[in-house]
Amino acid sequence: MGIKIALAGNPNSGKTTLFNALTGSNQFVGNWPGVTVEKKEGRLKDQKDVTITDLPGIYSLSPYTLEEVVARNYLIHERPEAILNIVDGTNLERNLYLTTQLLELGIPVVVAVNMIDVVKKNGDQIRLQPLAEALGCEVVAISALKQTGIKEAAALAVKLAQNQKALPPVHRFSSNVEQVLDQIIPQLPSDIPSAMQRFYAIKLFERDDKIASMMSAAVNVEALIKKAEDKLDEDAESIITNERYNYISSIIHQCYAKKNQSRMSVSDKIDSIVTNRWLALPIFIAVMALVYAVSMGGWSVSIGTLGTDWANDVLFGEWVPGMVGTFLNTMGVGGWLASLIQDGIVAGVGAVLGFVPQMLVLFFLLCILEDIGYMARIAFIMDRIFRRFGLSGKSFIPMLVATGCGVPGIMASRTIEQDRDRKMTIMTTGFIPCGAKMPIIGLFAGALFNNSAWVATSAYFIGVAAVILSGILLKKFKLFAGDPAPFVMELPAYHIPSASNVLRGTWERGWSFIKRAGTIILLSSIVLWFLQGYGFVNGVFQAVEDNNQSLLALIGNTVSWIFYPLGWIGDMGWKATVATMTGLIAKEEVVNTFAVLYHYSGELSEAGNEIWTFVAADFTALSAYSFMIFNLLCAPCFAAMGAIKREMNNPKWTVGAIGYMCGFAYAAAMIVYQIGGFITGEVPLTLFTVIAAVLLAGLIYLLIRPYKESRTLQVELKETAKI
Amino acid sequence: MKTLKDIPVRETVSVKKLHGEGAVRRRIMDMGITKGTQVYVRKVAPLGDPIEVNVRGYELSLRKADAQMIEVE
Repeated sequence: MGIKIALAGNPNSGKTTLFNALTGSNQFVGNWPGVTVEKKEGRLKDQKDVTITDLPGIYSLSPYTLEEVVARNYLIHERPEAILNIVDGTNLERNLYLTTQLLELGIPVVVAVNMIDVVKKNGDQIRLQPLAEALGCEVVAISALKQTGIKEAAALAVKLAQNQKALPPVHRFSSNVEQVLDQIIPQLPSDIPSAMQRFYAIKLFERDDKIASMMSAAVNVEALIKKAEDKLDEDAESIITNERYNYISSIIHQCYAKKNQSRMSVSDKIDSIVTNRWLALPIFIAVMALVYAVSMGGWSVSIGTLGTDWANDVLFGEWVPGMVGTFLNTMGVGGWLASLIQDGIVAGVGAVLGFVPQMLVLFFLLCILEDIGYMARIAFIMDRIFRRFGLSGKSFIPMLVATGCGVPGIMASRTIEQDRDRKMTIMTTGFIPCGAKMPIIGLFAGALFNNSAWVATSAYFIGVAAVILSGILLKKFKLFAGDPAPFVMELPAYHIPSASNVLRGTWERGWSFIKRAGTIILLSSIVLWFLQGYGFVNGVFQAVEDNNQSLLALIGNTVSWIFYPLGWIGDMGWKATVATMTGLIAKEEVVNTFAVLYHYSGELSEAGNEIWTFVAADFTALSAYSFMIFNLLCAPCFAAMGAIKREMNNPKWTVGAIGYMCGFAYAAAMIVYQIGGFITGEVPLTLFTVIAAVLLAGLIYLLIRPYKESRTLQVELKETAKI
Repeated sequence: MKTLKDIPVRETVSVKKLHGEGAVRRRIMDMGITKGTQVYVRKVAPLGDPIEVNVRGYELSLRKADAQMIEVE
């Protein structure tokens, strides 16, 4: 049996850097069961029987945030043999607060004081020996970035893990509190090991009911708590927190000598410009414009776009199909199988993989912003606007990126700490019109609206409105209102980004996308290829050239009644339905599909100018607009759905998110068509008009309904909660 | 009652008591704002909220609505 070591520490303490340095490429990235929190495990370099689990970055072991609950459940139930606790040496006081809690778990702890190089450079001094004595555990100094001392720290943790002798915590609280704890301990159920008694006693005292419910027998110590609270004139939670910080304050002077109190650090100087009252917004806009220009824009500096254009036009446009074609020819493969491989797999997967260069460039830039510490500043600057809609200040980035492509947009939501904000951002990012939806807008703007610029403008307006409305709506539902979202956020000191962190972060996200292209996207491409390429002609099932005879057209015809209330009526009804369905592969497909359905076989421009007259004959301005709204807001393409699945890491939430988008799109299109048509007299008053009016009323009601944030965290951690 | 929300920029105050309850309050305490802590108000965000404070030697941002829970003197 190997050794398990948990790596624990505050966010921004250099934990990821240390983890990467210790494990190298032996990593497994996944999620903690059932939650959106990322879980990383790795094997120690040169010592493959030692597994290191990277716990989420946390400040405390409170029951209030998902990350903290995940981390403490792991520590309590999985009982790693040792904890390697990384603390930021430049921010010792607050980092040691978590250490005092880890020491109570009865697991051997090694404290690794990180950034010791920075501490020394500042002229400060950390005395390890007094610190070790005051904490009652091993303390070493390391620099994760410069890779000094990390081997020693790991070796020490392994040694402690093998000895399995946790030292009892040395830190003591004031006598008032200690007396109460002494009275609680004898009442604890006897199955709690003696090394963990103090932990459970403190948690009981704090009224932590998540821990209390884990115990085999209920212990009622309310009278004791109440007495202590009255005596100290504070509530129990505050008492313990105060005691911890008081203890740290009492020892910090023997362990930590700061050279200069008043001098402004480099980080402060940068912040005096970057988050300056007047300069912050212009700088923010400039940074965002730069990120966008380099990754998504259409200029000669746009490396991302250039790469993606090359991948689409040359790599997956000529090279791969060419090579595959030659290969198939030499192998003598033809007919349906060649078509499946070329038109189904290569075309479908290639269309998605084409985004990879753009995504890698984008993630590279975002990882740099994250590693430098600018992301936290973005949240600081933008919070005021976004929290009105129930989103985080950091939601800005996914939304901006989504104007280029929704897939990296959804994946960029990973930098949002709060679970609720993250889920909400994932659900709403797809509403922003992405680059691939532009041809749809172009088609209808040209065919029915005289190419008015207002159509595209209104598309963005609708997208943004959908995000805002959803933000306000969703947080009124129990699922979202359940979790509190404290915005008490550290603004970490700026660092020089670590090349390995940035490259690794970029690759991890890029790779998880590529993997998906090989699975879910591959599968859906094959299915759609089949539906498009086969059908019944004169009652005989066969391959069809004409899309009008395909199975897809058949399905479109069969289900087009669903869209009747949206005004997709008559001959255009099934065509619009089929185009919507092919739009699931990629939204660009919508325009191509219309061309096929209108039997246009020539070269098609991006916005389909050639078929404008056909479209104008079939659609009215209103039904075209309803079609546009539905397609802008409904379920995104398969690639984006895959991204939603990956980020939600939960089938229910994935289906919920996609279902919500479709439902919202349907309701919006219906309201516009029915109510709009009723006002202009184009659509007669029917049952659907009434339904649309009811939907509109319900929407308005939800918008103005008051909302109250919950105070407790509702998390179900079934799989981790085994005892 | 004077709270952290009312403190002008570039002033240092001492925490007297934390009001409110639940997650936000616990988070504020976990981040080191406890009874008797010195808090320096560094700046206000460009759009007027949140604020940035220095506590225990590092920078923390919190919303004005939450700063209102922190009684200071």
